[in-house]
Amino acid sequence: MGRKLLLEKAHIEGIRYYDTYRREGGYAAVEKALKMTPDEVTDQVKKSGLRGRGGAGFPTGMKWSFLAKPEGVPRYLVCNADESEPGTFKDRYLMEHIPHLLIEGLIVSSYALGSNRTYIYIRGEYAWIVDILEQAVAEAKKNGWLGNNIKGSGFNLEIYVHRGAGAYICGEETALIESLEGKRGNPRIKPPFPAVKGLWDCPTVVNNVETLAAVVPIINMGGEEYAKIGVGKSTGTKLISACGNINKPGVYEIDMTISVEEFIYSDEYCGGIANGKRLKACIPGGSSVPILPANLLLKTAKGETRMMNYESLADGGFQTGSMMGSGGFIVLDEDQCVVRHTLTLARFYRHESCGQCSPCREGTGWMEKILKNIEYGKGKMSDIDLLWDIQRRIEGNTICPLGDAAAWPVAAAIRHFRDEFEWHVTNREECLKRNYGLANYAEPIKATA
Amino acid sequence: MAEEKKLFKVTIDNITIEVEPGTTILNAARMIGGDVAPPAMCYYSKLKGSGGKCRTCLVEVAQGSTADPRPMPKLVASCRTNVMDGMVVKNITSERVLDARNGVVEFLLINHPLDCPICDQAGECHLQDLSYEHGKAGTRYEFQRRTFEKHDLGPYIQLHMTRCILCYRCVYVADQVTNKRVHGVLDRGDHAEIATYIEKALDNDFIGNVIDVCPVGALTDKTFRFKNRVWFLKPVDAHRDCPKCAGKVTLWYRGDEVFRVTGRKDQWGEVHDWICNECRFEKKKTSDWVIEGPTRVSRHSVISANHYVNVAKPEEKLPQIMGRPPKITLNIHDISDVNKPEIHLSELPGPAHSDDFNK
Ligand SMILES: Cc1cc2nc3c(=O)[nH]c(=O)nc-3n(C[C@H](O)[C@H](O)[C@H](O)COP(=O)(O)O)c2cc1C
Ligand code: SF4
Ligand code: SF4
Ligand code: FES
Repeated sequence: MGRKLLLEKAHIEGIRYYDTYRREGGYAAVEKALKMTPDEVTDQVKKSGLRGRGGAGFPTGMKWSFLAKPEGVPRYLVCNADESEPGTFKDRYLMEHIPHLLIEGLIVSSYALGSNRTYIYIRGEYAWIVDILEQAVAEAKKNGWLGNNIKGSGFNLEIYVHRGAGAYICGEETALIESLEGKRGNPRIKPPFPAVKGLWDCPTVVNNVETLAAVVPIINMGGEEYAKIGVGKSTGTKLISACGNINKPGVYEIDMTISVEEFIYSDEYCGGIANGKRLKACIPGGSSVPILPANLLLKTAKGETRMMNYESLADGGFQTGSMMGSGGFIVLDEDQCVVRHTLTLARFYRHESCGQCSPCREGTGWMEKILKNIEYGKGKMSDIDLLWDIQRRIEGNTICPLGDAAAWPVAAAIRHFRDEFEWHVTNREECLKRNYGLANYAEPIKATA
Repeated sequence: MAEEKKLFKVTIDNITIEVEPGTTILNAARMIGGDVAPPAMCYYSKLKGSGGKCRTCLVEVAQGSTADPRPMPKLVASCRTNVMDGMVVKNITSERVLDARNGVVEFLLINHPLDCPICDQAGECHLQDLSYEHGKAGTRYEFQRRTFEKHDLGPYIQLHMTRCILCYRCVYVADQVTNKRVHGVLDRGDHAEIATYIEKALDNDFIGNVIDVCPVGALTDKTFRFKNRVWFLKPVDAHRDCPKCAGKVTLWYRGDEVFRVTGRKDQWGEVHDWICNECRFEKKKTSDWVIEGPTRVSRHSVISANHYVNVAKPEEKLPQIMGRPPKITLNIHDISDVNKPEIHLSELPGPAHSDDFNK
């Protein structure tokens, strides 16, 4: 059994409520942290090696230490609970089952960063979780964990839950800040970064729900102990939301030492491919990261076993690797059509682009239309190269990473499954009636780049 | 005595200049001038916060600074990136930049209606100029283009959303030049549009400026629409004592008639001063104005190819750097069968007719 830090107690009856959470040892991290200096807390987070769980995997301690601290200017912590990436539903699970863990993490982190007003920006569709969180905040306040002079420490904190209006782009940290300020959720042009000029132009840290929840075990056990879990720069535990053609979809907490193969096939986790089918491909880290064919998923290009951690999933770069991303693990079996799947993603990004920059605004729509043609037997061979060209000219040329996130899935699908795209073009009638089946993944198609 | 400020040395397309710290790459390039200045479809120096969106001004930073000479991995928006001391920038000398810019032009055009023949902006349109210099003749887009209903924004302004490139300039004008913004961007992605929410008319003494800042024909002057092509008009600088604005404008004449009034624009197509609606829409008689003389046409465009009295073409850097002249300086008289350089279009009494050229 892998070690659990976040979800260990998530299934205890009544843990959603303060009394049970407290009885089970909750808020001990706050008690401990308030006896430390803010810098000591930050130091523990640095030592823990914790990396951001929102997608980019940036070291959290380092991010905190970049926060500008000018005299007389308030600083803010914002918790990113916008979780809208297709395939990712780990934050929802955590907030639904054990909301006080997040509140506790927020209090400790706010103390470390000197934020007296902390916001949870939550995805609009998670309406019922707003109620859960607000109840948790009220309970915490009633018991003296929020408000003025918390437990006699002199530290003041209020937490506000702000509900988004249903835009994926508002998960991008600067769009989130704009939205929180009551404006249209367009990403800002960086620099300046939020650490210098964020919410209401004040220094701001934006962190993911899981990142902030992980601060609790870090303080409880100490940063160095936390860093011993996992491997290399992938320390601690990670929540993975697994979905697709597997026997046991759900949210799993892993310590990052298990292999991808074990994760998919063992009964402790996904329980193997559903209906006795064979594995075709997988997106290991949420819809934005490159899709991998089965052979490259289970083993790296060097023939090593691929592990469920940041480094191993990224091994081989984009040519033969992928990313840990936000931990949205989407499994495709032999009956799935990669073209259709890519079309679905392209439609999503087209719909969610904020429309500020021309490559993303126009390119995402164009890719969707071409993919639709190919999927419905109206594609041309040259369309495949055109798609490649379009994604290439979006990537890296936009304001925010949504442009990249729209380009990468298309690039990876063509890179690894070009034969399937070509089959759609050459078998216009047949592709409407049946699927291509398993790609020839014993020998992956050479990259077009 | 103020202390002498340290200047930053920046090299753009092999030309080195010194600029004040805090200058953007784009503005540094504009100081060098000519084609070294990247095209800017959304940045507008007089509008705070503008820029960064269209991505036509992307450049390559080959060396970050003297202190940190590493190149920047991605192309950067020159309008929103400040120069550092010792920075080395490649604009038209970078293959990557030209490729990306070509891509941006293609993206901007795939859903553009290309209705230049019936568009009032034609001849002074920045998208036309951009496409001419950086685009390709054909299109790879085979789908139906996006269209929107036309919107009437009150007595003076017409909105053709179909032509809009979502540069946000008109939004910034309404925010910064008028006292209340009643229009903005609704929806998102490729279905985003400029619109008014509940009020339909844009009425504010300075709202007419959105017409001048719009780089394309999305916002046009209803008092001028379909009345004349801009290249048949003769621009003349004039002023009046206006209680609301500086009153410094350009009058656009055909014969003795003033067809339209605009702000005075510099070689980057930006107005020098905002003008009020009264000057722009109501004062269309020569007697309303004190005439200063023919406008210096200093921008590359179809306009500068016309036979004006006072054409002062911007200095050219392209021949020196790339060994070819800019495409948009091509002289229409060199290739057109009907046009004749000795005929002054702006002096023809009525619409130009082929007979006028056969005399
Ligand atoms: C289009 C887009 C959507 C994003 N959505 C989310 C999200 O829903 N939740 C999240 O935590 N981070 C999201 N991010 C990442 C955030 O910008 C930011 O990096 C993250 O919140 C930082 O937190 P971390 O350091 O704890 O990972 C998104 C980024 C982009 C570009
Ligand atoms: S990349 Fe897309 S989502 Fe991001 S700012 Fe540009 S248009 Fe908006
Ligand atoms: S209407 Fe014109 S000025 Fe306004 S966003 Fe569109 S192109 Fe820009
Ligand atoms: S002018 Fe710089 S991005 Fe538009």
